[in-house]
Amino acid sequence: MTVDPSLAELSDRLFSIAVALYSVAVVAFSAQLAFGRRPARQLVPAGSGGAGAPAAPPRTDRWGLAGLAVTVLGAAVHAGVLVTRGMAADRLPWGNMYEFATAVVLVGVVVYLVLAVRIPAVRDIGAFVLAPVVISLVATGLFLYTETGPLVAALRSSWLAVHVSTAILGFGIFFVSGIASVLYLLKLRSDARGAEAEGTFLSRLPGAVTLDRVAHRTAVFGFPIWTFAVIAGAIWAESAWGRYWGWDPKETWAFIAWVVYAGYLHARTTAGWRGRPAAWVDVVGLAVMVFNLLYVNMVSTGLHSYGGLD
Amino acid sequence: MTTTAPPRPAPAPPPPARPSLGTRVRGLWLRWWRRLTAMRTAIVLLFLLALAAIPGSLLPQRSLNQNAVRQYFADHPTLAPVLDRLYAFDVFGSPWFAAVYLLLFVSLIGCVVPRLAEHVRALRAAPPPAPRRLQRLPDSAELATPLTGPAALDVVEEELRVRRFRVVRRETGHADSAGSSGNGPELSAEKGFWKETGNLLFHLSLVALLLGLAGGKLWGYEGSILVTEGQGFCNAFQQYDTHSSGALVDSGDLSPLCIDLEDFRAEYEEDLTAASYTADIRYGGPGEEGEPATIGVNDPLRLDGDRVYVTGHGYAPRFTVTLADGTAFTDVSAPFLPSDQTTMSSEGALKLPDLGAGVEDQLALEGFFAPTGLMQGGVLTSIDPRPLNPQVAVLAYQGYLGLDSGLPQSVYSLDASQIERGRLAEVGRANLAVGETLTLPDGTAITFTGVSQFAALQFSHDPGQVWVLAAAIALLVGLLALLLLRRERFFARVGPAPDGGGTVLSVGSLTRGGGESATSFAELTGRLRAALDERSPTPSAPPSGGAAPEPEVPPSDR
Ligand code: HEM
Repeated sequence: MTVDPSLAELSDRLFSIAVALYSVAVVAFSAQLAFGRRPARQLVPAGSGGAGAPAAPPRTDRWGLAGLAVTVLGAAVHAGVLVTRGMAADRLPWGNMYEFATAVVLVGVVVYLVLAVRIPAVRDIGAFVLAPVVISLVATGLFLYTETGPLVAALRSSWLAVHVSTAILGFGIFFVSGIASVLYLLKLRSDARGAEAEGTFLSRLPGAVTLDRVAHRTAVFGFPIWTFAVIAGAIWAESAWGRYWGWDPKETWAFIAWVVYAGYLHARTTAGWRGRPAAWVDVVGLAVMVFNLLYVNMVSTGLHSYGGLD
Repeated sequence: MTTTAPPRPAPAPPPPARPSLGTRVRGLWLRWWRRLTAMRTAIVLLFLLALAAIPGSLLPQRSLNQNAVRQYFADHPTLAPVLDRLYAFDVFGSPWFAAVYLLLFVSLIGCVVPRLAEHVRALRAAPPPAPRRLQRLPDSAELATPLTGPAALDVVEEELRVRRFRVVRRETGHADSAGSSGNGPELSAEKGFWKETGNLLFHLSLVALLLGLAGGKLWGYEGSILVTEGQGFCNAFQQYDTHSSGALVDSGDLSPLCIDLEDFRAEYEEDLTAASYTADIRYGGPGEEGEPATIGVNDPLRLDGDRVYVTGHGYAPRFTVTLADGTAFTDVSAPFLPSDQTTMSSEGALKLPDLGAGVEDQLALEGFFAPTGLMQGGVLTSIDPRPLNPQVAVLAYQGYLGLDSGLPQSVYSLDASQIERGRLAEVGRANLAVGETLTLPDGTAITFTGVSQFAALQFSHDPGQVWVLAAAIALLVGLLALLLLRRERFFARVGPAPDGGGTVLSVGSLTRGGGESATSFAELTGRLRAALDERSPTPSAPPSGGAAPEPEVPPSDR
């Protein structure tokens, strides 16, 4: 098994292109927020005959649509990063932290796009999703970059496909959920300030109820996937390391994240925890996921130290 | 300093008759039990569990890495004993960690068992009667139709049955004390029992999982051993280099199994990443010929309740020692532990206590092994994990090894205190390639004759494992049902239309879980309207009423 250097190089180039496209999308979505006006009621002059069909989409929508289009393009290129990397090394492209983080962010972008298509209000949070996406990708490229290479023996198992892909899916979905909860908390604050906040970016976000619902629904979607990923990891650990659960740091933090998200789902159905406290739990969940990726791979040592960093 | 007298307390009302001690204890117990099994407590306990696990990942743990704990004690001599008293190095076996999860599980059982009973009852009972005012439900609507009341309810029933609702018709409806009309024949329907079934399955599976985990710990054991090619071991605690066992394991009762390692191979990629390890073994009862098997990373030997893993590998250099009198000990060897996994440079010791007559004539070699050696500035290093050019750098010692001193010694290094005390003296050193010899001052010749591979094997017995897997699968199934299904109650009641012609059909629904209810309710009422129109001789009047605004939270409050 040899690494194809030209494909590996192409993958790296696509990575830069994806980051550039996402940055353009951030600009477009910001323009949508900046030039956007409050919904139509302020635009329609009194007595203009009311029921007339709305004309061409207002300018603000055009910025939003442009942002969406560029994001779709970015996601396609982003997928190309992983595909070419996998082809270069002739294996699944998630064998080290760089590849894992790149894939997680891609899932986050795709989840956002799916939501944006299904719930138009969600389009308005584009800037707030893609800015963290750009930051995460740049950090991934700067700090986690690893040359394309073959996998170590313990990773050569079909459970790699099952365990790591579902972990990536779950993480990417929680990424969007966490952002929605952060926005929900910000939105609540801006709502509380009332007229004073009028005209700020935050006042143009979708309503708090929508944000909360997006956060909850994505978490509900991600939780069984994450549960499955943890179970698959235990099954794999049983055959690779001789025990299904050993409180290795990575396992411990996966468990902590699982418990925090279970806490979030409970909080959402419990009087006194709903709303703000529940949203904070969701944010803590995302923080735990990121901590698990960065700290546990880079600082502590355990059986999971396949990060590929020297 | 002045003080003002407190106002006299008003005369206390006569104390109520003191309830008996039994009643009070029961009341107190009930109060605490209710508090423990409240959802809020469950949330707090979940967070406590997460918090309790954190030190276990940040501090070294004995169960994972004894050496790291020892190092921590050396680095933090004052702090470490204090932390140790708090079980900080055995977090996952500590009483306080157990306290949190046991409380959580008591809470869980207390929460789920009553719900289980209620669920079983609800499974057999008919859907409850419609609430008096359907308009108060989260989703409701009114449909006007020229059909008669019973005919309209027939249509509704049909539509609901197609959607797999359980439907009950009640002719009388609520007995309205005011005697007002408008409480005509009604219909209650319900579906989505699988959601609650999933909820119960999920939470009960958690309990089952914990039981399996605990059982596996109590009746399970694990032993590790380094086995050089051509050698073997039998499953007994005395044979293992290290072992651990649960409280209920009887050491005389281990599975009678012996393993021989016939051949070990490690394969590498071009960039020297390890690609695979495979061990050809024979396994069987003591004294049996044994069955052949090949095991490797990700591919253990699985026998009924027992598993044998390859967890690592390394090299065991072989030496022939020829004493001055011509007595030869051929192919003595000891496993050297890899100190660097990428180049497999290894360190170890070979102890030969029984060469000569006296205890002062013992011989030992301590050394460094390189599978592919390279001399750099007089220092031997390894540049490749494969045994392409095996070399050893050895220090030879003679004297008393102290093996029978009663203190345990590492088999991988010499006892430094024996050297310090001068009881063990260095008598020669050399870098040897295969076939080369180091001759000591007393005429003893030490020849490096080659290298064998050893495999680190682990024998594991965990009777709870299958149980845990089954519980995990049940948990996932329950979780999917719980999260994806929705539980729905649908009610309909007919009354005469205010203008006298036809019927007004009031419908309402109550949904728990599964996202947005308003859209699906609108869809269902749309279908009902169409079905009613189909059956009507003339198109129905435009409907009045509409879906109530959706509440902010689903009605799943507890
Ligand atoms: C190991 C601890 C626990 C875990 C991991 C866990 C997990 C979950 C999850 C993921 C849900 C789904 C939430 C949703 O509907 O969105 C749930 C629901 C629920 N849990 Fe737990 N749970 C645990 C302990 C408990 C305990 C101790 C109680 C009782 C005090 C409890 C009572 C409930 C109830 C009543 C629901 C249903 C909520 C509803 O119907 O909307 N759980 N649990």
